[in-house]
Amino acid sequence: MSTFALLGAIEIGLVFSLVALGVFLSFRVLNFPDLTVDGSFPLGAAVTATLIVSGVDPWLATAVAMVAGACAGLVTAFLNVRFNILHLLASILTMIALYSINLRIMGRPNVALLQQETVLTPFYGLGLTQAEVKPIFLAVLLVIVVLLLWRFLVSDFGLAMRATGANPRMARAQGIATSGQIYTGMALSNALVALAGAMFAQTNGFADVTSGVGTIVVGLAAVILGETLFRSRAMLVVLAACVIGSILYRVALALALNTPALGLEASDLQLVTAVLVILALILPGMRNPLKSLIRGNRS
Amino acid sequence: MAFISKAARGMSVLGAAAVCLSTGIALAQDDVTVAVTAIVEHPALDAARDGVLDVLTENGYTEGENLTFIYQSAQGNPATAAQIARQFVGQNPSVLVPISTPSAQAMASATQDVPIVFTAVTDPVGAQLISDPDAPGGNITGLSDMSPLADHLDLMREFMPDATRIGVPYNPGEANAVTLVTTLSEMAPEWGFDVVEAAAPRSADVLGAAQSLVGQADLIYVPTDNTIVSALEAVLSVGQDSDMPVFSGDTDSVERGAVATVGFDYYQIGRQTGDIVLRILNGEDPGSIPVTIASGSDLFVNPASAEAMGIEIPQAVMDRATTIVE
Repeated sequence: MSTFALLGAIEIGLVFSLVALGVFLSFRVLNFPDLTVDGSFPLGAAVTATLIVSGVDPWLATAVAMVAGACAGLVTAFLNVRFNILHLLASILTMIALYSINLRIMGRPNVALLQQETVLTPFYGLGLTQAEVKPIFLAVLLVIVVLLLWRFLVSDFGLAMRATGANPRMARAQGIATSGQIYTGMALSNALVALAGAMFAQTNGFADVTSGVGTIVVGLAAVILGETLFRSRAMLVVLAACVIGSILYRVALALALNTPALGLEASDLQLVTAVLVILALILPGMRNPLKSLIRGNRS
Repeated sequence: MAFISKAARGMSVLGAAAVCLSTGIALAQDDVTVAVTAIVEHPALDAARDGVLDVLTENGYTEGENLTFIYQSAQGNPATAAQIARQFVGQNPSVLVPISTPSAQAMASATQDVPIVFTAVTDPVGAQLISDPDAPGGNITGLSDMSPLADHLDLMREFMPDATRIGVPYNPGEANAVTLVTTLSEMAPEWGFDVVEAAAPRSADVLGAAQSLVGQADLIYVPTDNTIVSALEAVLSVGQDSDMPVFSGDTDSVERGAVATVGFDYYQIGRQTGDIVLRILNGEDPGSIPVTIASGSDLFVNPASAEAMGIEIPQAVMDRATTIVE
């Protein structure tokens, strides 16, 4: 694999690690299977691109995109908490609604940013190539996001959120307003995913309404891959594992596609993803029987 | 479709061999790599890819000898398109050929050095790939597949002198299709037509969109929209059941059962793209090659479909037809 392909895999992996962190919040912390992300990823891209094209400062545009993503999360949470619609269904409803909303926001299916100023533009002239600037910028961003999220999750408020996901009845008995926790968590989760969409649009030069397809699978694959490789209870390690899992997922894809001996093509991508996730899910379970087998032989 | 392009490729290989034999000079070139990517796989885009390869083959490049030809599809996912773009740039090919708007945009953001020849992009200026078609500048040029809409309106008027409403099924999520429908709606009144839109975001929605046009439109026009074209048979069945003739934007669709169209097929688009690729391989600067609109004036008619959809093909059209689909 060439350096360029590796940098590219890291760059896209870093963008999608924001999705992984969002998915971690909803699936793992809140125990809320949330498919809204397939809509909030292109939502973030759509809002950022539309605002940048109409002359808004790219940083402000990115911030507004995060607010838009948070609103999408709130809608899903509202449908679930207020009307008792099953979380999976509530999130699917928001997701399909967002497809139309994204088209409305952009006014067309594809908004180009290739010739526009983005948050990365000021860093391009510093002697590094664009292919190097993008991953470095994203890495710095991810360090900040992970640290903030870590501080949040180990705070009293964050602990209450984790309790809500782990055992809602117990949490309520302890005086935690669980619905408030679900609203906050879902808003935060989808704001992160929208930030991923905003960064994708700015690093790749376009927002396309179809770019949400399969976001949830990629995010979940990254979370599971990270969890499998780093079995830890320390929150900082768990969050970092999401980021590393996302990068490894992209590198694994790039390797699979770059190795002619495997005979894989891009059209096998979905299958490769499914197999990766299945392996990540069953490998930890298989370690134990193997260990006991070895021990059994020794004794 | 696959058979036709394979046969065509076979013939062109023979043609290239004949050229080499007759002139007695080898057209041997340095080893080159051409990397092609499309957003999704369907017959028209695959035909475009085959066209590029055939032109290279006819001009002294043989796959496996002095030509490495790489092809990958993004499976409809722009994030995958972005990763393919970076992977291709990392392989440092001689020319990159992205097919479709999102693939071209992902490629353009991935490199400012490797020559890019985009194709099947309807509105390259709107997609910000270039700002001036006559002097694209930088490392990028290509071919637009903007349909000859005026020719299509002429043809539909010739078939149906009394019709007033054109039903257009399209995917509002596809950049190319939206450009076409917007332009068509602006032009149609000049021909005395009104455009009735029917949105189909997924190929599963195409049948429903076509059915919604029954009673609302006198005829159906299928633009070069990847979603609709991939589910063309759904539109055709509605056209046959309700006697609404279906016209198409590309000639491949006439072979699949649309009544008629005038223009180009995507194999020709691929060949015209291949010509640009050749110019770059021969040392021309991509930034100085103007972006052109694909040309073609083939008139395809399908008499069996016309009969099934309750319409007669005017004799004047039959006389002009370059291809009559059996």
